[in-house]
Amino acid sequence: MNHRYSRQELFSPIGKAGQQQISTKHTLIIGMGALGSGSAEALVRAGIGQLTIVDRDYVEWSNLQRQQLYTEEDAINRLPKVIAAKSRLTAINSSVEVKAIIADASVEELEGLAHGVDLIIDATDNFETRMILNDVSQKLGVPWIYGACVGSYGISYTIIPEKTPCLVCLLENVPLGGLTCDTAGIISPSVNMVVSHQMSEALKILVGDFDSLRKKLVSFDLWKNQFSEIQVDRLKKSSCQSCGTERTYPYLSFENQTKTAVLCGRDSVQIRPSVLIERDLETLERLLANHEGVVQRNPYLLSYTVSQHRLVVFKDGRVLVHGTKDISEAKALYHRYLG
Amino acid sequence: MGVVVNGEFMELPERVVFVSDMLRHFDIHEKVVVVEINGEVLTRVEHQSTRLSEKDRIEIVHFVGGG
Repeated sequence: MNHRYSRQELFSPIGKAGQQQISTKHTLIIGMGALGSGSAEALVRAGIGQLTIVDRDYVEWSNLQRQQLYTEEDAINRLPKVIAAKSRLTAINSSVEVKAIIADASVEELEGLAHGVDLIIDATDNFETRMILNDVSQKLGVPWIYGACVGSYGISYTIIPEKTPCLVCLLENVPLGGLTCDTAGIISPSVNMVVSHQMSEALKILVGDFDSLRKKLVSFDLWKNQFSEIQVDRLKKSSCQSCGTERTYPYLSFENQTKTAVLCGRDSVQIRPSVLIERDLETLERLLANHEGVVQRNPYLLSYTVSQHRLVVFKDGRVLVHGTKDISEAKALYHRYLG
Repeated sequence: MGVVVNGEFMELPERVVFVSDMLRHFDIHEKVVVVEINGEVLTRVEHQSTRLSEKDRIEIVHFVGGG
């Protein structure tokens, strides 16, 4: 018997009983960028029983400044984030069961993955996914912890179904433009601060200490030295379509899903086929080799560079079109090279 | 009018009467924000109808999406 968790057990609100609780729990993290990396490492070190991580992207050089699980080698190999993350997380704590899913977390994926988990950590970079996550959480009765950051600013809120307002109560509708793209950049302390807020709340939930939850919307700006907390209980609406008495879960319906998304600060557009398909990357590689441009492939994705654009094709049919923010241009390139 | 916004004292110009005017003054009227005045959180509709007063303690939190 080693003393791996002794310091956490000495912390009386957790104790040996709390540690035992943590080891039986299953947490799902949506997104494995900066926030996801931080939360995953914290949970694995804390001795979570099972961890499922989902992400649609692969490691790039611009990630390394703040996404703590990744290395230069991962960027060179363009490894999918969850694959790179899993190998690091398993090296940190081999007793945790880590499940890595390379996918765009949309309705079907999220409903499936969230089944039976104890907690969902939001580490996405967009509100579209958060709205789906919010509905899934309400439908299945699983708590989730919102977290986001841009520049030196960060924000977090813990959503407990049937108790607190949900994200739709707070936002009223999906924020458009300006909020998701990190044109303002990001510094790692903001990431770490959001992760700290999310993980403190996560530990409370995992050990069942719901009374100790913060119960407030929290935000901070580390550069401007500001900190703010707001008690938002009053914003819970009984008429809310996502958590109210006559709920319809609007973000789980097909009409509210878009099939293309401009990625956060990446000069990239993601295109997702309307039906789930599996792409044969080997065949595609042969086809594209006949065209101008450069094709590279690893077991998870194929990258095709032509003039100033790069198309990255994943096995699940998704394509990232880099070098444009214009959805119609991205679609044109998609159809030109991938049919 | 002197108020405290996120813990910091500041003077607001006379044209700022309602909470919605203040959000415009700070150029955050297009962002999704939650505003609290003297410990009481406001609904979005109340931003238009809530008058600010001298020495109000105001908290403003705006939503961002990055991660």
